[in-house]
Amino acid sequence: MPTKPESVTGNDTVIDVRDLSVHFGLRGSTLARLFGRDAGTVKAVDGVDLALRRGEVVGLVGESGSGKSTLGRALLGLVPITSGNVVFEGRDVGRMGRRELREVRSDIAMVFQDPNAALNPAMTVEVAVGDALRVQGVTSETERRERVVDALERVGLSPVELFLAKYPRDLSGGQKQRVVMARAIINSPTVLVADEPISMLDMSVRAKILQLMLDLKRDLDLSYVYITHDLASAKFFCDRIAIMYLGRIVEIGDTEEIFAHPRHPYTRALLKAIPDPDPARSVPRDLPRGEIPDAASPPLGCAFHPRCPVATATCGWESRDLRSLLEEHWTRRDAETYERERALVGDLDHLDTPATTARIGSGPPDQVRALLERIRAENPDEPLWQGVSEITEDGSGVVVRFHEGEDPDLRPAGGAEVACVLYGDDQG
Amino acid sequence: MRGVLKLLAKPFTDTVGLARWMLVIGVVITAAFIVCAVFAPWLAPYGFAQSAVDGTRFPKAGAPSGEHWFGTDRLFFDVLSRVIWGARTAIEVVILSILFCVVIGVPLGLVSGYFGGWPDRILVLVMDAIFAFPSFLLAIVFSFLLTGLFGGSVLAVALSLTAIYIPQYFRVVRNTTVSAKEATYVEAARAIGASDGVIMRRYLFGNVVQSVPVLATLNAADAILTLAGLGFLGLGIQSTDAAEWGHDLNRALADAGAGIWWTGLYPGLAIVLLVTGLTLVGEGLNETLNPTLRRRRLLPVVMPARESTTEEAR
Ligand SMILES: Nc1ncnc2c1ncn2[C@@H]1O[C@H](COP(=O)(O)OP(=O)(O)O)[C@@H](O)[C@H]1O
Ligand code: SF4
Ligand SMILES: [Mg+2]
Repeated sequence: MPTKPESVTGNDTVIDVRDLSVHFGLRGSTLARLFGRDAGTVKAVDGVDLALRRGEVVGLVGESGSGKSTLGRALLGLVPITSGNVVFEGRDVGRMGRRELREVRSDIAMVFQDPNAALNPAMTVEVAVGDALRVQGVTSETERRERVVDALERVGLSPVELFLAKYPRDLSGGQKQRVVMARAIINSPTVLVADEPISMLDMSVRAKILQLMLDLKRDLDLSYVYITHDLASAKFFCDRIAIMYLGRIVEIGDTEEIFAHPRHPYTRALLKAIPDPDPARSVPRDLPRGEIPDAASPPLGCAFHPRCPVATATCGWESRDLRSLLEEHWTRRDAETYERERALVGDLDHLDTPATTARIGSGPPDQVRALLERIRAENPDEPLWQGVSEITEDGSGVVVRFHEGEDPDLRPAGGAEVACVLYGDDQG
Repeated sequence: MRGVLKLLAKPFTDTVGLARWMLVIGVVITAAFIVCAVFAPWLAPYGFAQSAVDGTRFPKAGAPSGEHWFGTDRLFFDVLSRVIWGARTAIEVVILSILFCVVIGVPLGLVSGYFGGWPDRILVLVMDAIFAFPSFLLAIVFSFLLTGLFGGSVLAVALSLTAIYIPQYFRVVRNTTVSAKEATYVEAARAIGASDGVIMRRYLFGNVVQSVPVLATLNAADAILTLAGLGFLGLGIQSTDAAEWGHDLNRALADAGAGIWWTGLYPGLAIVLLVTGLTLVGEGLNETLNPTLRRRRLLPVVMPARESTTEEAR
């Protein structure tokens, strides 16, 4: 179990997320369902602990698909919670009835990534922003109007009269995001969950929107959960940063600590991928090798190990890694060699079932072994080889056995908490 | 007020060329029939089942004359009056049936599409089955059943037309709802605390009913034909209950051989004209409201280069 300093869950905690999991059942094809085959589940959020303190800005950072949005939505009870708790001011969001949920949604507000989609195209600005009051039971139209005007002024849409009767299609992206922001603050929430609020905006307005969010925080005593895939804006904006990967928090700590002493290999990779201080350029990323694995069947052991440059023997090596290794090897071979080696190795599809024992080959075992040795010799630093405990010949092929993997928990390391076998204060 | 006018004028200002002409002609024709329907008691020289005036009987199957511009039929009725009163029947039936379709079909599609699950699947199945059935046959069956219940009234015929057109409203609204409910603005509504009812009423409704007007006008044209068809078969409304073009055509069938052309020509013309008018409005609206068909009025792009070409983007 991850251990947490007691102070984190103290009195000033607004939202306390405890061992939260949100799993989505995948709906397979009709045919698959007919035959009763389970299409599996996506562990969008998988055992996350997080405490948001009053007045704090916590950043959730990670590549797309790491479960940031799902975690953010879970805070408002917008996704079904599989296990664990989201505790807001002492009450469990997952166990709330409709009335309570509605109240919570006036205390925790959300800003969405795409301002073009977050507003009803059939509502004017006044109606859209005012509806946040209306659903919370403000029936007086004059009161709604007054408060809408006030909220629009706060988010810098003035002269307000100019905007009240406008439809979203008449506004620019930045203006739309301000309207979304006005709708979010109009019920005087305590927490604002901002899901990549600037990533769809033009470069020129990004800084302004971030500044607006800082102003709102100061004026309205807000706490923020700021979701982003962009560490640079998190550095500017956040007090604390949680790095997420495949539904887990892999590193969490104060922003300075994360930037000064990044520990988790994934954090380091993300930091290296920040292009340069010029925020006008964000694209050319040098993210870790390989692709983000399929969230429906994450890697064994540490989920990051297939991409980790410093992975150790016990990081969870398995059959699918062997397949990737072979296929990657073949991208560097000519067609003829590929055909020959491919025939020697035989069918690879069974490797897709995760296992720590992998049987390959449909030819003389010694030749299969020799092929593996050749591949190893080409790049002896490939971390996978550390994970191989033995290769035995077996009939018409070889059996590759891997060390049992370890799935590291979040452990205190220096000024942060890291989920990596290489870190942990008890290990030094 | 100005906003409403602008909205009403939008289909006209947004279209050009053929689409605009279709719309204008269609609106003019349809409006003429609506005027006839509304002011029938004043426009028609006689009642629809009137066969005498001041005790003097009309001639039997009399040719068009000064007293009877369109002549009279074998039942001594004045054909012009019956054509005008027939407009009232047709419009009544169409408006009623569309009203029923919208009032039942739209909410049903919205709720079904929003909640999904097995009730949705069953409804889709039933509606598809109705839709797949030959509609005129279905209309005959329903008018048999409903005439038994309500008599040969406007209501009975309107309800049988509702039964055959409702699947279209259901399907259009249900399918748009299924895709619209995934939109971020729906989740945003949930995030401000909106209930399912509020989301359906204030967020989805306005966005999923947009294709209903087009559907309604196109169905109206179809409904006129179905109504006339039912009348022609002698089903539905009886001559003495109301004037109905299809029914009059049926009775005119026997006259044609005897050289009595006026009893058939005028009701027939009325049907053709009104169907044409409504179809033109429907297609014209379709051009404007349906984004996949719409070709916006585009200002020509003038290229600054040597050739100075004019391009029309699509
Ligand atoms: N409603 C849903 N149904 C099924 N899978 C989902 C749903 N929402 C998110 N997921 C899956 O959960 C994972 C995490 O998604 P998300 O929280 O959107 O990540 P992020 O915001 O970090 O990009 C993804 O693999 C995504 O496909
Ligand atoms: S546990 Fe640490 S070293 Fe091992 S794969 Fe994961 S991140 Fe890399
Ligand atoms: Mg996201």
